[in-house]
Formats: sequence, C-alpha cells, structure tokens
Amino acid sequence: MTQSLRGRAAVVGVAESDLGEVAPGLTHLDLIGQATARALADAGIAKSEVDGLFTASSYLPMAAMDTAEYLGIRPRHLDGTNIGGSSFVSHLLHAAAAIEQGLCSTALIVYGSTQRSDGGRLISPTRPDPYEEPYGPRYPLSMYALATSRHMYEYGTTREQLADVAVAARAWAQLNPAAFERKPLTREDVLGSRMISDPLTVRDCCLVTDGGGALVVTSAERARDLASEPAYLLGGGEATWHRNISRMPDLTLTAATESGRRAFETAGLTPADVDVVELYDAFTINPVLFLEDLGFCAKGEGGPFVADGGIAPGGRLPVNTNGGGLSYGHPGMYGIFTVIEAVRQLRGDCDERQVDGARVALAHGNGGVLSSQVTALLGTADALN
Amino acid sequence: MNSHEAPELSPALAHRAGLSRGELRYQRCAPCSAAVFPPRTLCPDCGSLSLSWQRSTGIGTVYATTVVRGRDGAHNVVLVDLDDGFRMMSRVEGPAPEDVAIGDRVRFRTTADAETADGDTPDGETADGNTAVFVPEEDVR
Repeated sequence: MTQSLRGRAAVVGVAESDLGEVAPGLTHLDLIGQATARALADAGIAKSEVDGLFTASSYLPMAAMDTAEYLGIRPRHLDGTNIGGSSFVSHLLHAAAAIEQGLCSTALIVYGSTQRSDGGRLISPTRPDPYEEPYGPRYPLSMYALATSRHMYEYGTTREQLADVAVAARAWAQLNPAAFERKPLTREDVLGSRMISDPLTVRDCCLVTDGGGALVVTSAERARDLASEPAYLLGGGEATWHRNISRMPDLTLTAATESGRRAFETAGLTPADVDVVELYDAFTINPVLFLEDLGFCAKGEGGPFVADGGIAPGGRLPVNTNGGGLSYGHPGMYGIFTVIEAVRQLRGDCDERQVDGARVALAHGNGGVLSSQVTALLGTADALN
Repeated sequence: MNSHEAPELSPALAHRAGLSRGELRYQRCAPCSAAVFPPRTLCPDCGSLSLSWQRSTGIGTVYATTVVRGRDGAHNVVLVDLDDGFRMMSRVEGPAPEDVAIGDRVRFRTTADAETADGDTPDGETADGNTAVFVPEEDVR
C-alpha cells in the first residue's frame, strides 16, 4: 500500500465465531455466518450494506462465491486471494485500496474452520512439492523445524528461549477468557513435551482448534459516524520470496523484513512507536524471526528478546496478547485473529490483558512456510492525527 | 504431421532421466550463470529461457536438519547446499537421524545405488525407484 492510503480506511467491526471445539455438525460456513453477524452488529452496519467480500478457505478453492451465497450477499467486489494464513491481513490492505478506489464501500473479511472437529489434521489444499515429498517432511512443521535448526546454528538460539515464547503465550491466554488453553505452562513443560520434528516439540506448535473471525472495513469518513471506535489502517506491506522451504533463500531471514519496512514507511512510524504486537505464531520460532525482521530487535537477538518473560505480560513488549496461535486458538489459518486482537487493544476492550494506552498496534500475518509475509499497522484516532 | 523437431524431455523428466542413470542434474542459465533447481523452463534469476543441463558434482554441505518422529520411528530431513550453487531437500543415510549436523559434508547417491550397496530398499523412493539421497562424504564407497 502507498502513503496516500494512510488513515483512509478503518476497521469498524470485529468478531469471532464460536471457538475451540464447536458444537457437532457446525461447518466452516456456519462459523463464518456467526462471525459475520457478530462483526456487523459490532459495527452497527446492516448486512445489506456489505458490497465487498474478502475470504480464503482451506476447504473451498472458490470460497468467495460459496461464502457470498451462504451469507446472502451480492458483492460488487470479490477478493479470494489465498496466500495461506496471511491472507486476511492481505485482505485488509486490499480492502483499503478497493474502498479508496470506489470498488466497494463496506468490506467484509471473513474466515472459518472446523479443523479440530474434522479430526485435528491440518486441512490444506496445498499439494506436496514433488522435490520435497519423497523425503517425508511433516508439512508444515518440519519446514519450520529446519528454519529453527538454522537459527540455532547461526545465532545460538536455544530451546529454552523458544520455550519461553510458548510460556509467554500461555500467560497472556490466562488473561483471556476466550483462549482455548489456559492451564499453567512452564519452560520445563515445553522442553519435556513430545518431540515431533527436532528441535520442535508439540508445545512449540500452535493448537488445533475450530474457529472463525470477521472484520468490517469502511472509509475513515464513514467510520467517524459509526458507534464503535474505529481502528485506522495507518500502513501496510506485503512480500513473498518463496513457496517451498527448500527455495527460501536464507532460513533465518524472512520477507517480513520487506513487508515490515513497507508498513512502517507508509505509516510514517518506527517499531518504537508500536504499543502492542500481534504476530502469527504457528511455531515458537515465528515470533523470534518476526521480531527481528520487523525491527523490534537486531537479527540474531530474537532469542534473548523473547526469553525470561520478555514478551509475556509485564515484559519489554506486549506480543500476542490474546494468547496467540500457541494458546488462544489456531483454526487452520490464524491471520484474521491478529487483526481482531489489534483492534480490540486499540479500542481498550481487552479487560485484564489490556495494554494501557495502546495507540498503535501491529498485526502480522504469515502464510505457507514462512513464505508470505503481510504487515499492517493500525492506530487510534489519536495516532492518526 | 508437422515439421517440428521431436520435443526435448520436459525439465522434470530430464531430471528424472538423470537420476535413473545415477546422475544428479541441475540447470545452468547461459546469460546469468545462475544454478537452477528444481528444474523449470525459465531462469528464476534473470528470466532467460536459455537453461542447459549440468551434472552436479554431488558434493554438498548440510544447511539445515530436522528429525521427523512418528509412530513408525524417526527419519532425517535435510536441506543440502550443493557445491554447484543450488539447494535441495533430501536425507542423509548412514548416521542416526539425530547425528546429522549442519555443516556436515555429504555426497549424493541414488536410492538405487543404496539398494546395491546395502541390499535393502530405503523409504520414500519415487515411482521409478530413484531418489536423490546423501551419505557422509567419508562413507562414499
């Protein structure tokens, strides 16, 4: 996105569907229906006003049409971009551009998955790469494990530091009634849990849950007339450098370096201006890489940055305040929840886990195997002026 | 019939044909000299269609490693940086899966070679029985 889009669009409604393990028989589209109705109610906007639909699905390759039909809307602008878990942060940037250009005026971004009820395996339309599949990597876990091995080798990052990412997520989740896993978790619990793809244990991996979410986006002008407090889109950036892990140029350096730089440039901000950070934490290595690549610490310093409560409640930087994919929930693709939590923090709606005085929030989506990186910066009216 | 010459093997089939002859093949871009793998029609660096087949020396260094653990045991998965300048996923055969380390020097062989050498059939082979795997360089027979 360009600087001319700074502050031109706002998220005016956010909601989750039922989460965790939903009632038997509910489908991913049923969860999309719940999230949509709740987000529109949150925004104070009627469904009939939605004229732009943005969605991606693990189930349906042409999900935008199925979703429009289910919801009973007839959008004049459809965007079914599917770049994995980052899709929904990308949709937010695309929606802002579409609204600015008059392609639509009220955008709905939605997602739903019943991955847990489906049996817990990752539902994915991804086809295995023929140059990787013969070696039996466990997709996507082994790909992140390979990146972890390289980060440890180059920078001395330790399993203890990674475990502290999971421990911090759990501590935040204990402050969030909507989080799926809220039992106490220690570093020793993580280190002692079952190894799945070295050096990652089951507790280094995100949860497998059901869930859905929705965002309602409209122009800043219109947002000011609505009941809810708008979260303005201040900046954003996207970047993709590879699809398969064997073609990732440097396993310790993600395209978040580029998406983040674009986001900060368009917003006219620096990492020091960010009050709360919501990162796609599919695995414990993700926050380490993204905090480095987005500029919150130097390359190679991510391990010490996250260790010993660095990103836990009361730490140096509030990261994944909902509990993240590691403890709040991870229904196949998590990206939309980074934006939902960022908006709630900016509105001051987060009760026990509220970051005091949050004015600027960063939401970062990751898709594929560290493949797609999308960064959005959101702010309050105060941050906009 | 038209007058076109017989088509060359597709990039994927040319690579497979190499494996069946015990060769690890990759492509080299004529204009920019980039080493290209996996095989394709266009150079991902400069966009040229002028790619020529090369036989890799088969010598490389382990760039990243993991051990995949499941009900049926554990196996190693690595990324190998070939000295020729390309990277590929593979496995290192011989050492225990967790004993494979970043920086290890390794040498290519095919699973067909391995059958001959070890008298058993490793896991994960492709339909034609030839998959590119690696062994520690000092173990090459």
